[in-house]
Amino acid sequence: MDVSFILIILLFGAVATYFVGDKWASKAALIFSTCAFAATLYVIYRYNMGEKVSYLQTWMSRPRIVIGLQADGMSLLMLLLTTALTPIIVLTSFGNLFPKSRSFYALILFMAFAMAGTFLAVDGLLYYIFWELSLIPIYFIALIWGSGEAERRKKDVVKFFIYTFAGSLFMLVAFIYLYTKTGSFLNLHLYNAKLTDTEQLWIFLGFFLAYAIKIPIIPFHTWQANVYQKAPAAGTMLLSGIMLKMALYSIIRWQLPIAPKAAHDYKYIFIALCVAGVIYGSILALKQTNLKKLLAYSSLAHVGLIAAGAYTLTIDGLRGAFVQMIAHGFVVVGLFYAAEIISRRYKTEEIAEMGGIRIQSAKFASMFMILVMASVALPGTFNFIGEFELLYSLAQANIWLAVLGGTTIILGAFYMLRMFQQVMLGDKGTKVFKDVTFGEGFTFVLIIAVLLFFGLYPRPITDFVTPSLQKVLVYINQIN
Amino acid sequence: MNTLIAIAGLGIICLIAEIFNLRKVIVPITIIGLLAVLGLHYTDYSVLGLETTAEQTKGLYNSMMVNNGYSKAFTSLFILLTIFLIALTPHFQREHKSKLSDFVAIKLFLLTGAIAMVSFGNLAMFFLGIEVLSIALYVLAASNPKDTNSNEAGMKYFLMGAFASGILLFGITLVYGATGSFNCDAIYTAVRGGEVPSWFFIGIVMLSIGLLFKIAAAPFHFWAPDVYQGSPALSTATMSTLAKVAAMAAFFKLMHDLNYKVPGTYTTIIMTAAILSMTIGNIMALKQDSVKRMLAFSGISHAGFMLMVFFNPPAMSGVLFYYAAAYALAGIAAFAVLLYVAEDKKGESIYNFNGLGKTNPMMAAILTCALLSMAGIPIFSGFFAKFFLFTEVLKTGQVAIVIVAVINSIISVGYYFKLILAMYNKEATTETSKVPAMYSIVAIIAILLNIAMGLYPDFVLGLLK
Repeated sequence: MDVSFILIILLFGAVATYFVGDKWASKAALIFSTCAFAATLYVIYRYNMGEKVSYLQTWMSRPRIVIGLQADGMSLLMLLLTTALTPIIVLTSFGNLFPKSRSFYALILFMAFAMAGTFLAVDGLLYYIFWELSLIPIYFIALIWGSGEAERRKKDVVKFFIYTFAGSLFMLVAFIYLYTKTGSFLNLHLYNAKLTDTEQLWIFLGFFLAYAIKIPIIPFHTWQANVYQKAPAAGTMLLSGIMLKMALYSIIRWQLPIAPKAAHDYKYIFIALCVAGVIYGSILALKQTNLKKLLAYSSLAHVGLIAAGAYTLTIDGLRGAFVQMIAHGFVVVGLFYAAEIISRRYKTEEIAEMGGIRIQSAKFASMFMILVMASVALPGTFNFIGEFELLYSLAQANIWLAVLGGTTIILGAFYMLRMFQQVMLGDKGTKVFKDVTFGEGFTFVLIIAVLLFFGLYPRPITDFVTPSLQKVLVYINQIN
Repeated sequence: MNTLIAIAGLGIICLIAEIFNLRKVIVPITIIGLLAVLGLHYTDYSVLGLETTAEQTKGLYNSMMVNNGYSKAFTSLFILLTIFLIALTPHFQREHKSKLSDFVAIKLFLLTGAIAMVSFGNLAMFFLGIEVLSIALYVLAASNPKDTNSNEAGMKYFLMGAFASGILLFGITLVYGATGSFNCDAIYTAVRGGEVPSWFFIGIVMLSIGLLFKIAAAPFHFWAPDVYQGSPALSTATMSTLAKVAAMAAFFKLMHDLNYKVPGTYTTIIMTAAILSMTIGNIMALKQDSVKRMLAFSGISHAGFMLMVFFNPPAMSGVLFYYAAAYALAGIAAFAVLLYVAEDKKGESIYNFNGLGKTNPMMAAILTCALLSMAGIPIFSGFFAKFFLFTEVLKTGQVAIVIVAVINSIISVGYYFKLILAMYNKEATTETSKVPAMYSIVAIIAILLNIAMGLYPDFVLGLLK
């Protein structure tokens, strides 16, 4: 069994979910996504045994395009994140009664398929195809099942689509240009492309546009908060939990090793841009009155730090980026799930209209508290490991950047705790908060277990990813 | 050549069938006939390729016709498109049953014109082909005599088209004056042999202007939106798929044959036309409410994309074929849905598409796929068409125009998605009727072929070898 098997499960699952009908769609989606998760674990087990789990097959001879799915520490880790979060995201949607739910769940699985493909693809064009494919399901998910007034939502979702599509087209041009230089789309061939400094800069910028929009890095972030707010909870989780990781992963997998000279030469500009995003996101989060928007801006700050770490080009930065991608993926899904549970019961997303939840549901309050703590990187949580490594790598680059980046922890603690206080504490008031159901609690426990376990014992993850990172780092440092 | 004769014969049989009151079997017979011709054409293709290479290079009928991979591949595409268009005819013209044979026969004659346009070996044959095609189109544009819009469209198209034909003919005479022959090979030899008088190049530019008009590229595009909108929807479908692709193929073949020594300034002309077409087509399409008109402008921008093949003709024939096939198949699928909606809601404005995603999910899905293909979203063949095109153009070092093309692809998403949004994000206003069987069959087959092309691009590109 190789990694292509996981893609087949997800794709087949999407089709099957559509055909089992509205009533069983959610269960079918859960079963297929769990199967994919199990298959991923098995593939990782085989990879650790030293067996071959990659998949290579020629697709077109001219231009030469290969259906190549590469399995190494980096891609398998991201695959694991995707297939682990997908069942959780499906679970979080169980409480909602969606119209046409079979299409909804089929689209979620299809999106998981496209995102898994993006992480695995070794051929540039195949990677681009998966990258774009993942955009179509999220577009429909946000458009059809989103909240808020239809006209406003339409505008925001279309803006999001055109933004990301525009960015990725420039990446496509960069890929085609590389192909005319090397005659191949395989990443190893592209790493050895022998580009001049100017070429590297343009290629680097082409990639950067695609990734900066998707992550998002300021000033390309304007689509983010509105879409996060308007998309249904599952859509927001897919976007923030997995999809933006595609871009962060691609920085390390594609952008840095292909244009290492540009990455070294302009390192500080890009780090500074990312750190600016960290501060900007934190300050905006301070001022939000809408719970989902607050979480969106806090996410903007956190991923800015991840990108900054990746651009430091040190092993700590890259490893920190991977650790934090996993940690952030779980935390952000948990936080948006908590927001969704509150807004399901209170029918509002305004922080001012909430309050008095802790008195009514201590269980929910304590789980939410742990997630908030993890989000602000309290020692003992997985996020602490990630943020610590990222800040350490920033300190290696420039101590002041690390200081500036570190403000995210202080500001984050401030706005998250204030949010917690306003949302959860206070008198009971008139609003009744029904205690969490078993399903909801179970989902939270899964997420929290992951965060705490790896917070105390991160070695399985770091050991798994480090050898592959060192290989990539060789190409990143190959400047002459 | 056999193909051409067989199709012309089929058209005449169609007219005769009417006399013998066999109206009901006309369409089935024509479609079976065309499928047979397609089969014949294909076997012809493989046999010719092996044995009669000498005859191929010499050409048939005093070099009037040439058979090579290029003409064969495009001929197959044209036959396929005509089958789709004829299959759509009976239901579309159900109120004019008595004229069914005319409509079918005109489309068959149009097809002969299109085939002549890609397999000519002589400029006379080329002109004959383009006139047969154009006259058939004038008739189709005006084929709804009780509608003033249709009359207007026919008249406009005829006047403008006749003017363009005049310029084209003038170009041909200048080329003849410079080289002393209508034969493409002879012209080619003459040009390669030595100096040609300067009016040869004027002739080439005039030929280009005539053909730019036929493919509706800016700045010769002004007729297209009005004619597309005024004509009956099926005629518009014919114009924007079959006719546009045929004119583009002819243009490419002509320039490929004659363009040996054209100075670099010619590239500037083409580049200007390409950039103008893409940009004007896309920007105007953004503002349209009528879907037919929007597709007309989108067709103008696609013509601009296709013009990019002239930067490196020798490497581009496969790319052009792929692009043309992807565009035409998506166009047929989109028009099949448009025909249904226009008929069902008595209008082809974008508001008539509201809520189609709920009332008729299948047709909405097909139209979505067709639009995504035109916008160039991966896995649909439209993406690969643009991808191959950009790859080849970048190889020639023209980075600037690729960037313009990319920006235009982004703009085009705006209006394609406007339609998709209307289908999925708005509520339907009225009840809907059932989709006519033929419309859905044609739409499904066309979109499946489009997707299959995206999955197996090697096969399509290999057709030209």
